Amino acid sequence: MTTAASIALDVEDIHKRFADLEVLKGISLTARRGDVISIIGSSGSGKSTFLRCINLLETPDRGRIVVGGEELRLRPGRKGSLEAADRRQLERLRTGLGMVFQSFNLWAHRTILENVIEAPVHVQKMPRSAAIEKGEALLAKVGLYDKRDAYPAFLSGGQQQRAAIARALCVDPAVMLFDEPTSALDPELVGEVLKVIRDLAEEGRTMLLVTHEMGFARDVSSHVMFLDRGAVGEEGPPAQVFGDPQTARCRDFTRSFSGRQS
Amino acid sequence: MATGSMTAWQLLALQPPGWGGALLTGAATTVAISLSAYWIGLGIGLLGALGKLSGSRVVGLLLNLYTSVIRAVPELILIVGLYYAGTDGLNRLLMALGLPPVEVNGFVAAVAVLGFVQGAYMTEVLRGAILSIPVGQIEAARSFGMSPMLLFRRVTLPAMLPNALPGMANLWMSVTKDSALVAVVGYQELALTTRLAGANTKQYFLFFLAAAVLYLAITLLSNLVFNWLERRVRRGQKPMASGGGA
Repeated sequence: MTTAASIALDVEDIHKRFADLEVLKGISLTARRGDVISIIGSSGSGKSTFLRCINLLETPDRGRIVVGGEELRLRPGRKGSLEAADRRQLERLRTGLGMVFQSFNLWAHRTILENVIEAPVHVQKMPRSAAIEKGEALLAKVGLYDKRDAYPAFLSGGQQQRAAIARALCVDPAVMLFDEPTSALDPELVGEVLKVIRDLAEEGRTMLLVTHEMGFARDVSSHVMFLDRGAVGEEGPPAQVFGDPQTARCRDFTRSFSGRQS
Repeated sequence: MATGSMTAWQLLALQPPGWGGALLTGAATTVAISLSAYWIGLGIGLLGALGKLSGSRVVGLLLNLYTSVIRAVPELILIVGLYYAGTDGLNRLLMALGLPPVEVNGFVAAVAVLGFVQGAYMTEVLRGAILSIPVGQIEAARSFGMSPMLLFRRVTLPAMLPNALPGMANLWMSVTKDSALVAVVGYQELALTTRLAGANTKQYFLFFLAAAVLYLAITLLSNLVFNWLERRVRRGQKPMASGGGA
């Protein structure tokens, strides 16, 4: 079942320390194609840092990262943590890991469509006309076709995040990384973004989702990982992690959320 | 010359004995010196800002020395000093190599010196502008696999412009005025032409007023250009974004 070809992302034994604080104490994760893996845990548990270590926005101190069967070559860097041994390989693998950020991070000086086609045209060298066609189709899919010529600052948070998802989709990523995609949104805008993510999950996209939306994680995930103070506190199918947690910490954590989730 | 009996309009006529043509040529020279020095300053400033932000200790130290010294010493002294020291140094170098001395072209010297001075101020303007780019914009670019060069061209440069333009406009205004300082090393731009015209006709007030009008015209025109540029680079920002939001 878990043949090498079916594995989209394999991350092993990630360690990360900020000065005296050990943020990640050896986290491993394997995503097969089509997996939707939610990473939950309280603030400071290291879940965002872990996600950012996968595409090296944060440099792990130790660990191994394999994207689509290709291992990211790492070497010790100047500051004690690891760095990419081959910048071009890192850039190529990063393009295959479409990331969606908590604060959207759309490029403010470009229109929505320009944001979406930026990486396809300039990183992947796709012909501009083809990228525009693809970008417009993706914007239509997330319900933003009529906003394609607007600048990000003129959109609501929910619209900006949907545009950011279209931007990530436009590079045809093998794995999508969502870093708390709804945490910066007003409550009434969360639903529209979750709906888009849910559609992607149902399409069979491979996704890693760092989130505080427990009800949503329970619904869409194939696998849930509960991080606790930099280590894997518990993991398994959502029914187990949410319905029958084996550890007291996980039980307390999921229970504290169940009261306010619809 | 019978300049004593000429009217103001005759004195300002484009053809000699009127001085209007010479003043306009002087103004054009002023613009040419300023433009050239400004571009050099921009180039030095961009490299300087990137050097300071590169994190290299040695480069940072050297650039700090450069920006501190240039910004500490009055520009008149820098221009006179760099002009004579530069010419002298160049000729000593040529002599050591067994070559005949050269007369340094006044225009080239003026542009080089003013550009070098502009570069120091520009370094700080651009450094501040780059630092004010929200870090998420850079992270997004990296996460999509942009190379450092591509990231600089497609994100850093356009994203810093809204923050850099007011300071850049200031520097342009100041270089158009600083260019008058090269008159002291004998290069004939607008200020020196004005002095010659005044000395020849004893009509100082008229010619300095005319020069003032020309400087004002250059400034007003520049304002239009910079206002247009700023509107353009701020297209993506909401109007009245207090302190420039996202």
